[in-house]
Amino acid sequence: MNKTVFFGALTVAGVAAASMASAATLDDVKARGALNCGVTTGVVGFAAPDANGVWEGIDVSVCRAVAAAIFGDSDAVEFIPTTGKTRFTALASGEIDMLARNTTWTLSRDVDLKFEFTGINYYDGQGFMVPRNLGVSSATELDGATVCIQTGTTTELNLADYFRANGMSYEPVPIETAAEAQQQYIAGACDVYTTDASALAATRSSFETPADHILLPEIVSKEPLGPLVRHGDNDWGDIVRWTLNALITAEELGVTSANIAELSAAPTDSPEVNRLLGTEGELGAMLGLPADWAKQAIMSDGNYGEIFEKHIGESTPVGLARGLNALWTQGGLLYSPPFR
Amino acid sequence: MSDPHSHSVSFVRTETLPQLPPPVTERGAIKWMRENLFATIPNAVLTLVSFYVIISVLSGVVPWIANGVWKASNLSECRDILVGARGACFAVISERWPQLLFGLSYPSEEYWRPGVAYLLLFVAAAPVMFFDLPRKMLIFTALYPFIAFWLLWGGTVLAPILALLGFVAGYVVYQRFVKGSFALGFFGGVAAAFVVWYIGGLLIPEGASDNAWLVSVASRDMGGFMLNMMLGVTCVSLSIPLGIVLALGRQSSMPLIKWICVIFIEFIRGVPLITLLFVASVMLAFFFPPESTVDLFLRVVIMITMFSAAYIAEVIRGGLAALPKGQYEAADSLGLDYAQAMRLIILPQALKISIPGIVNIAVGLFKDTTLVAIISMFDIVGMIRGPILSSSDWIGVYWELWGFAGLLFFITCYGISQYSQWLERRLATDHR
Repeated sequence: MNKTVFFGALTVAGVAAASMASAATLDDVKARGALNCGVTTGVVGFAAPDANGVWEGIDVSVCRAVAAAIFGDSDAVEFIPTTGKTRFTALASGEIDMLARNTTWTLSRDVDLKFEFTGINYYDGQGFMVPRNLGVSSATELDGATVCIQTGTTTELNLADYFRANGMSYEPVPIETAAEAQQQYIAGACDVYTTDASALAATRSSFETPADHILLPEIVSKEPLGPLVRHGDNDWGDIVRWTLNALITAEELGVTSANIAELSAAPTDSPEVNRLLGTEGELGAMLGLPADWAKQAIMSDGNYGEIFEKHIGESTPVGLARGLNALWTQGGLLYSPPFR
Repeated sequence: MSDPHSHSVSFVRTETLPQLPPPVTERGAIKWMRENLFATIPNAVLTLVSFYVIISVLSGVVPWIANGVWKASNLSECRDILVGARGACFAVISERWPQLLFGLSYPSEEYWRPGVAYLLLFVAAAPVMFFDLPRKMLIFTALYPFIAFWLLWGGTVLAPILALLGFVAGYVVYQRFVKGSFALGFFGGVAAAFVVWYIGGLLIPEGASDNAWLVSVASRDMGGFMLNMMLGVTCVSLSIPLGIVLALGRQSSMPLIKWICVIFIEFIRGVPLITLLFVASVMLAFFFPPESTVDLFLRVVIMITMFSAAYIAEVIRGGLAALPKGQYEAADSLGLDYAQAMRLIILPQALKISIPGIVNIAVGLFKDTTLVAIISMFDIVGMIRGPILSSSDWIGVYWELWGFAGLLFFITCYGISQYSQWLERRLATDHR
């Protein structure tokens, strides 16, 4: 009898502790003094450490912006590298507070895996790269090709769908990491390398003679990549969502890391800039953050446009054009709800 | 008196002819080549083919290494320096060697600490490996785990001292009671150690590690070849005693102990190591509340140790089975009890037989530590696969990095294997 009561109490305590832990991620993060952010083990331009071990990339900048919004310190982040196979368990088990690991937003991940995607920081799509001397100019000519493909990703499924829809056959060459795929492709183990178009561009830029390889015009899938959090803590999800929105809105309003000090020193003529930077209104308090949260987030690595140019823009080795990732005012898809 | 031949022949040589050198075909390089390389026609053909292969490999590799670029800040700069010539881009190693050896975020001004720990490892291992050395050196070997822990992880010096005190207390209690009953001594020792650790844990002030003389480094920040060495050394040294216990347990006449050991060994041997590592990294996190997880390094050490202990147990069981039954009977007839018989007669012989097998497993285990790359720990393979090949500077450099990693592993594993051959010769007291 006593034993039963004891175990019952233990279970209740355990459940209470578990639900408390998931109910207030923000409190956990504040108590820990650092944000645990899951990133890739390395994707050029999205997340990779430099020679000094400092992580950088556009996914990393999202993590840093969230940390800056909470602590006012963009270095209060513990970057936890995850692979394609460990990323979701790491998030679900609470080992990381958020995942910014070029992860495609799909229904099953959002609903079935019990995650909450908080926005899109890069609109990608799956493309194909072939050697120029293969003489192929369209993906519809790839019948019977051997294709290098990363296992455990949505690209694998998209590829099967695309080839089935066009009545073509292919032979997959499964590989584990992007680096391995490049090596296999260069060594001629496969005719075609398929992955997200951003990664294809980065890969091609690393080749000794990039001009010998062409990216086929077909984009066969939608790959909206964005940060995600666990189900069940909407307050925390809001913080990540609106931090990303703040970066996008800052670009739209012309707030850059260069002029932000000036704009936030005193209320300006633009009420929306004032609300964003916390010189007017109570938006920070609604999120449970300091009034200058968005200012800190933007100062960590600049607004969305600056982050893009710095890590994957046309001046970098990755050399991507803005394309779909331009603001909606410039023909792209980036559109942040208003700060009001 | 007179020479009997003096009249029959006109000339008698009185001194020995000077020795002539052997014919050209029977000496020196030519003889060696004729005997070893061109003894028969098939041999000659094989020799020529081998020469061709060796020369064609060397003609590619030697200029590639000789032309190597050691100073450049990224791959395209390397290619600019080489201007189309064949050559390696070793600049990636000269720029990223701290990351390859120590991982991503071990603080760079603390690199001397793993270095010192590595050198002390040899001092600590020497008396175990070479038993002609003075036995007093074993004292340092016993202290080494605590010193190495303190050097690598840093933090307050009280933690390793407390751990050491726990072991000392356990040993004292064990010594005190083992005369009466082994079980009393053993469990009393374990209990004493835990009491010391618990009380000591309360005494160490909160935040003692913050201003410690050695900056505290989290396990997550360790990586590179250092992580492979740490995992390899820890797991091998833990799994050998555990393997001996399992092997003896499996031979035990007590059914409970026997079946626990059999089930443990058969279960672990039936599961791939990578599965155990996934359990360690992914599944265990679900069983702990988020703020009280067991350190990932510790989880991985436990899994790898269990894995290799099961294999070592089977190797030692082979050694035990190879001993003639007479050895066991001899021990019994001398009136030795179980512990004495095992310690003095059975195990020394069984372990000697098992050395090649144990070394084989140790080498395999050391190389298996690279599997932790799959659970996103940045050991040397993880560093190469992930951060280095994904930085925009070095994407596309393969041979240089993998060659470097292979070289480090080769040196270590070849050293282990040479040691085991020496050990076998040294221990060969029979079968001449």
